[in-house]
Amino acid sequence: MRHIISVILEDEAGALSRVSGLFTQRGFNIESLTVAQTTDPTLSRMTIVSSGSERVLEQIVKQLNKLIEVVKVTDLTSQDHVERELMLAKISSTSKEGVDLKELVEIFGCKVVDVKDKIYTIEVSGKTKKINAFLDAIEPSNIIEISRTGVTGISRGKKLI
Amino acid sequence: MELNGAEILVDCLQKEGVDHVFGYPGGAVLHIYDAIEAQDKITHVLVRHEQGAAHGADGYARANGKPGVVLVTSGPGITNAVTGIATAHMDSIPMVVISGQVPSPLIGMDAFQEVDATGITRSCVKHNFLVRDIKDIATTVKKAFHIATTGRPGPVVIDIPKDITIAKMEQEEYPESIEIRSYKPTTKPSNRQIRKAAELITKSKKPILYAGGGCVIGNASEELREFTRMLGFPITQTLMGLGAYPMTDKQSLGMLGMHGTYEANMAMHGSDCVVAIGARFDDRITGNLAKFCPTAKFIHIDIDPSQISKNVVADIPIVGQTAQVLQALIAELKDKDLSDISKWWSQIEEWRKVDSLAYKKSPGVIKPQSVIEALYEVTEGKAIVTSDVGQHQMWAAQYYLFDEPRQWINSGGLGTMGFGLPAAMGAKLAMPEKDIACVTGEGSIQMMLQELSTMLQYATPVKIINLNNGYLGMVRQWQEFFYEKRYAMSYMDALPDFIKLAESYGHLGIKVDKEEDLKPALIEAFKQKDRTVFLDIITDPSENVFPMIPAGGAHCDMLLAGRDEMVSKDETDFNAV
Repeated sequence: MRHIISVILEDEAGALSRVSGLFTQRGFNIESLTVAQTTDPTLSRMTIVSSGSERVLEQIVKQLNKLIEVVKVTDLTSQDHVERELMLAKISSTSKEGVDLKELVEIFGCKVVDVKDKIYTIEVSGKTKKINAFLDAIEPSNIIEISRTGVTGISRGKKLI
Repeated sequence: MELNGAEILVDCLQKEGVDHVFGYPGGAVLHIYDAIEAQDKITHVLVRHEQGAAHGADGYARANGKPGVVLVTSGPGITNAVTGIATAHMDSIPMVVISGQVPSPLIGMDAFQEVDATGITRSCVKHNFLVRDIKDIATTVKKAFHIATTGRPGPVVIDIPKDITIAKMEQEEYPESIEIRSYKPTTKPSNRQIRKAAELITKSKKPILYAGGGCVIGNASEELREFTRMLGFPITQTLMGLGAYPMTDKQSLGMLGMHGTYEANMAMHGSDCVVAIGARFDDRITGNLAKFCPTAKFIHIDIDPSQISKNVVADIPIVGQTAQVLQALIAELKDKDLSDISKWWSQIEEWRKVDSLAYKKSPGVIKPQSVIEALYEVTEGKAIVTSDVGQHQMWAAQYYLFDEPRQWINSGGLGTMGFGLPAAMGAKLAMPEKDIACVTGEGSIQMMLQELSTMLQYATPVKIINLNNGYLGMVRQWQEFFYEKRYAMSYMDALPDFIKLAESYGHLGIKVDKEEDLKPALIEAFKQKDRTVFLDIITDPSENVFPMIPAGGAHCDMLLAGRDEMVSKDETDFNAV
């Protein structure tokens, strides 16, 4: 099962490699990993998407907690949360089945942020599924290049990490 | 007063109460050595190889419970120490390793003797630091000792670039304590879990206590004794836990696992309630997980939450320090009625009668088991015994009945050949009044032989019990059982003359090749209080370690000496290590 794990950790050199090293060392799988500073400049927040059985997930959370620099670990999947991913995609002209690219942009609620050399750069954000659906709607040969951020997430309402 | 970084570092070590540092100098640490030379509170032990430094500090830490301290240079200095660091990590030994690093501006430039020390050690330390500013030295040292010695202990590496040791600053107060917001190990157990565990314990009709290294490292031996005696339960100990509970006591079933006793393994297999105390259900303990303890409920006590439900799902997990958890359980169970377990005990006595550690003597050859028995007799069971890795390690664990914690020092988790000799040296420095025996084999001893030289320089007399059978015995045993006697590379030809070798290092060597000479030689060796004695004992090359659970087997599939000598290839699980 897919899990979104939020990690608050000290913003120190080497902290990221400790986390990624842990995943390879113990054979845990990483689908995506994003990291950036929080409002407290000494802390970073990391969002990891991983998959595995409940036991594997329990180990992932425990092993992350064991890292000295990790302050807090939460499995967002188990609670009410919002998740988003952002993609920049360079698309050349038309989409599959002749649907106009502009129309598609409207349907998916995304934005054209740049055009050069007849290539459109489109910004799509939403759940991973939506981004995948957008890509599915486009003729593969028209997709020049994509760059995805990986998932980030946050719990809803008063509940904090 | 203005001090340079090296002086500040050494001052911090003094304030941490460090009395011995095991190390080896080199370019990146010359300023630190200069500062060490200028003081006399810390004795520096100059090893002959950095792996010996890490094992020496490790043996020191295991013997007296204080953190071991290592000082090595950059590049090969730290890479040589890695095996020793990983050894300490696997067995949760408190250790602080200071490694020199090339000057900060040269980091990343492939400078002479540069290696990414924090990168290389990351997966085999509890934590590591790269010091980037002279102002951080004191807090880093404080943090390192705090992390190494609290929670589940382990090694911490501090990598210090040379320029940081040269820079100067006004000396600041060394912090008395330190708070790390992201590191707060749980020590006190939850009352709810204690009550639940107590309830299960009182209901159990076939209980067994399974005590591991956490009882030794966590200094929980006293509590473990009180708890075990109060309950009257049978207790088995892991390789790392031996001595936490006296092995000569009638409630002790001895060691469990791959080479554990018949009664210990059968009791695990038949139990309805296994209380794991500071043990981690290692594969050498459980054998085939699918067949492990089929009827038991598990209470798992450990300070490290990640150990719980890692290999075996715990019914009642209790996170906390072994000593504190046992105290809480003792208090909770004090006036409670327990189930009648007399039937269980009579079943266990039946298993005991199998006498799984019995072995046949044959005339003309020295049986390795009898060497350990003689060692036990001559030292009256009171020596600190270190070992290397292999058959001799198992025989020492099986036949030397350890009654005290920290009496048995071996590389259990990583299984590091070469550990025994430097660990014996470290143990002697930690406990100078104790007799130290290093049980080893002709394979293992050759991995760290050079430390014989250090042992002369620092006058650390130990008795080396070399069980010399000419083979890498454990490898040979597996090849005999599982590889149709194809003895690939397990025979060692061209062995040195160990007697001359010991003598050339300034020690005493005694060769023993007759059974009748064994005890007198041991007596003679232990009489030599001030000398290291190398006993080269020629033992039966065909002897195997029994009982044995073949890899992938269940506890009830044990092979016993004399009864089962061979396993068919099809029954062996080659996926198991």
